[in-house]
Formats: sequence, C-alpha cells, structure tokens
Amino acid sequence: MPKTAYLEFERDVVEIQDQIEKLLDLAERKDIDVSAEVRVLREKLDSLRQQTYDNLRPIEQVQVARHPRRPFTLDYVERVFTDWIELHGDRLYRDDGAVVGGWARLAGRSVMVIGHQKGRDMSENLLRNFGMSHPEGYRKALRLMRQAEKFERPVITFIDTMGAYPGIGSEERGIAEAIATNLREMARLRTPLLSVVIGEGGSGGALGLGVTDRILMLEHSIYSVISPEGCAAILWRSAEHREKAAAALRLTAGNLVELGVCDEIVAEPPGGSHSDWDAAATLLGEALERNVRELAGIPVEKLLRRRWAKYESMGAWREV
Amino acid sequence: MAWFRKDKKPLQAQDRRDVPSNVFDKCAGCGEILYSERLAQNLNVCPSCGHHLRIPAGAYLELLIDDQTFEELDDHLRAADPLGFRDLKSYPERIAAAEAKGKTEAVISGLGEIEDVPVVIAVMDFSFVGGSMGSVVGEKIARAGRAALSQKVPLIIVSASGGARMQEGIYSLMQMAKTSAVLARLHEAGIPYISILTNPTTGGVTASFAMLGDVNVAEPGALVGFAGPRVIEETIKQELPEGFQRSEFLLDHGMVDIVVDRRELKQTVARLLRHMLGKPAATVGVEDTEGDAGTEGVERSAG
Ligand SMILES: [Zn+2]
Repeated sequence: MPKTAYLEFERDVVEIQDQIEKLLDLAERKDIDVSAEVRVLREKLDSLRQQTYDNLRPIEQVQVARHPRRPFTLDYVERVFTDWIELHGDRLYRDDGAVVGGWARLAGRSVMVIGHQKGRDMSENLLRNFGMSHPEGYRKALRLMRQAEKFERPVITFIDTMGAYPGIGSEERGIAEAIATNLREMARLRTPLLSVVIGEGGSGGALGLGVTDRILMLEHSIYSVISPEGCAAILWRSAEHREKAAAALRLTAGNLVELGVCDEIVAEPPGGSHSDWDAAATLLGEALERNVRELAGIPVEKLLRRRWAKYESMGAWREV
Repeated sequence: MAWFRKDKKPLQAQDRRDVPSNVFDKCAGCGEILYSERLAQNLNVCPSCGHHLRIPAGAYLELLIDDQTFEELDDHLRAADPLGFRDLKSYPERIAAAEAKGKTEAVISGLGEIEDVPVVIAVMDFSFVGGSMGSVVGEKIARAGRAALSQKVPLIIVSASGGARMQEGIYSLMQMAKTSAVLARLHEAGIPYISILTNPTTGGVTASFAMLGDVNVAEPGALVGFAGPRVIEETIKQELPEGFQRSEFLLDHGMVDIVVDRRELKQTVARLLRHMLGKPAATVGVEDTEGDAGTEGVERSAG
C-alpha cells in the first residue's frame, strides 16, 4: 500500500514501517537473515499502533475517519460480498457516481448494497464528486431500496460522505426533497434495513442513507450534524477552532453509542482499517452477516414498529 | 375577512416584541417608508411592492386559525443540554438568553380550526435561536404529527429555520429522521399534511418535514433551500444567479406546488383541506377568490 498519505500522529508508526521494509529489502538483496530484527520491529509497531489508536483525540478521530487510504464502499463490496452486480441510475435524470448500489451476496444471501463512494485520486473524484451526492444519488438509492423491498431482500447501506453536494444543480433538482423523501420512505420500507458508517457520517447527506433498523459504526468512524470546521466557523467564528468543535460535538463511535444512536461498534484492525483492508473487511463482514441474520428473523410489522419507536424516541429535552 | 383579531390570547403580548415597534418601517423590498400600524394591518406585506416581512409564530396562528379555537400543546417541553455543549457561551446560557425574550422554543404547536376544519398546527419561530431544530422542535413536531394521526385531522406546519441546533449534536440531526418517520405514518393513514414555507427555510428542516407536504405552499420571495447560499458560493467559487433558492425559483423547478400571498394563505389552505377531505366548497371563500382573480400578485400557480 502506498505510504504517501499519512497523518501527523502516525509519523512514528510510518517510520517503523519504513524501517521494516528497508530491512526486508536489504535481506532480499544481500540474502541475509533479518527475521529477528524484523520481529522486534513488528512488535514495536503493533504496540505503538495500539497505543496511538487507543488514545486518539476527537480531532484525530476525524482525521482517521477521513483518511485517504481508508477503504471506501467498493473496497468493502469487493472483500465482503460475492456475486456483485452494480445497478445504475435514478430513472429520472442521470447516474450519480457519488452513490453506488447493486445486488450482492453476503454469506450466500442476496442483499441490496448501497453506499456513498469517495474517489481516491482526482480522476476518480471527477466521477465520484468526493462522495458528495446530488439529488439523483439519493433517488437512485431509494429506487434500489424499493427494488429490495419488492423482492423482500435486506438492504445494507454504507455511509461515507462529508455531506450532500452544495451546488446550483443540487438545489435546482431538489436535494432537500430527495433527502427528505428518503427519510420518510426508509421509515416505512417493508424490509430489513442496516447501515454502517465506514468513515465520515456527514449531516443530512449521511442520514439520507441512514434511517435503518440498526446503525453500526466502524471503530474510527464519525457521525455528526455538521463538520467540526463548519461548526467552529459558525459558533467560534473561525474554522481554526475545529479541535474544540470536534470535542464538543461528541461525534465518535463511542459517543454515538452513549447517546443511543449507534447500535454496535465494529472493531478495526490495529492501526485502523487503512492499515489492513482485508482484516477490516473480515471484521465488518462478520458484523454485517450476524446483524442481517438477526433482522431477517423479525416479522416485518414488528420491525416497522421498532423502527418507528426508535426514531421517535431520539433526543433529549426537559419537561417543566 | 377579519385579518386582525382584537380579543387575543396571551400570545399577542410576547409576539409584539418581534413586530417592529417604531412608528415607521422601511420596506426591505422597495425602500418605501411605511406606517407600522398600516403595515401590521396588511399582515406585514408591503402595500407598495408585496414584499413579505418576517412575522413571528404567533402572527401565523392569528392569521391561519379561527378566533378562539387555538389550544396549545406541549408547551412544557424545554431544551436540555445532552452534550454539555460549550462554545464561546454554554448552550444553557444561549437558551436562557433566547427564553428571556419571551419564547420557550423555536416552534409552537396546538389544535385549532381553519375555516371550521379542525387541524393540528405547528409554527416555527425564526427569532428563537434562528429557528434551529433541536430535540424540542423535533419532539413537538412529532407529537403534533401523532396528534393528527390519533385525531384523524390534517397537519399544518409553517416552517422557518436556519438549520440544525448544532449544540445538540447528533440528536439535532436525528430530529430529521424522527419527524419524517411520523410523517411516514401520517402518509400511510391518508391524513393530509400541508407544509408552508416561509423566509427563510434551510438546512435540516427543508431536508425533512418542510419538503414532505402533500402540498408545499411557499410565501413569495422566501429563501428555501438545503445548503445556505454562502456555503454554495464558497464551494463553487462563483456568484449565485438572481432569485436563486427563492420561492419562485422552487416553483419553476417543481419543488413547491404554489406560491401564495400571505393575505390569501388561510383561504388557500382551507380550500386545499376541503378538497382533500372531500368537503364541499365554502360558498363565500371560493367566490371571493374567483371574484378577485384579477388581483395582481395574489396567487401564483404553475401554469
Ligand atoms: Zn415594499
């Protein structure tokens, strides 16, 4: 995996990784045995990673959630599912590359998979629009969810977006209406719905795929009503206060469990999902499979009543 | 039609604070200097240019709900501080400052009648923390929806919002899901829901209940959108076209059904409700409207 992109707090981790690689390279060229040295370094690497990732500050969690080397939706689709057939278009305007969807199998079971899709470089991001969907992305998602409902198949959504795209076309074609309709329709869809925040759960753009029977979050993902930068710019009058905003917003997976919004945290490999995509996919696949199996066993009327009760109880207020 | 009621409830005392209290006002639309009392009698619509000045929630209740029929619901709900949020001020301090101006939250809800049709109504108030949606707004809207559901009467929501109540974090976001989930049930039960969009309605309110009316009605010239204009300009690095995200723009792009002058709002809502509920047309109301069809700028519908 390229090491070009890493975060400030990962510096030491990356340095040790480099040392290991140099050593292995040397060993191969000179045909010498370095296994003892490598083992020591690997142990050091593992403990340093563990230590670093167990003690991330909220703003660092945000950076990890947005890490450019983190697996995106299609990276998980490739590793967790089989028999994937991507389906395109909202049947109204166009195909939005910022949202992908299609049929796939999870441990043999047919499911509809839908997710925000970020791009890894500029050319990918021309297609993916940095994972920021226009209305047609949400409409495509709803079309596919209804298809799943028609055939009584579960829906799994992957949430990973800074937010819906704030642009002229987006407003002209009704981004607010598209998200609102998804919220209402997901609340009444007669099939099991499961969502997982794999990176950044940004505002209404995230929620537009997120009204589900269960909400999972990857260990280092975040979910927030507004970005720390946006919040700081408004409430602290400067985006430079993003660190304070990140802490105040309580946007980590652990926070969301405490607040009763997230149902389950999915563990990531040591050093975060970006350090080992296959291991991350294995952990996620296990959690998805177990949750889908459980949800599929619940009669749909009961599922709907629970879904309504869950969302209608969210929030905190005083009575006087 | 009597636009102004003299025998008003305690609402009026607090709402007066939002209405310009000096003798003269300058219209933001045409710049004309207007006599405040005359403006108020015209429901704060400029008699010269038709510009709709912002009015408080209580004024919407007065202009939409029949005299003596409003009964407030859930006025005992107050903002909590689930995150212990503190920016330059603490969230409880911000709430206390907003409450000191005489309101309890950014929405008021209750039962009432519109031309003798019983309804549940919720009206947002931009003057309370920018009409931002926190748990109390979401909860009151959800309870209003459930009241409409249990009483099998239409739901009317008048929206005005700057977006999310950031200080309530994820709970603020989840109010979008909460309110939409109640509307899903209302939708399945075949109960009418009319959404009235006023200036401004943006952010999570637009992207949830405000866009989900069986009929979306907008006041003329209201800013209605998801992202704020400044955010969009910063993103696309270009100036926005004239009239962007205004009611008429939304009408052109198929996002609202009808743009209605505030002075015709009640009558329009009542006529829609009677259609939806299969009630006969009100003889007086309908003839009035048709007789006045030539009145300029009173009602604009998509042709
Ligand atoms: Zn004027």
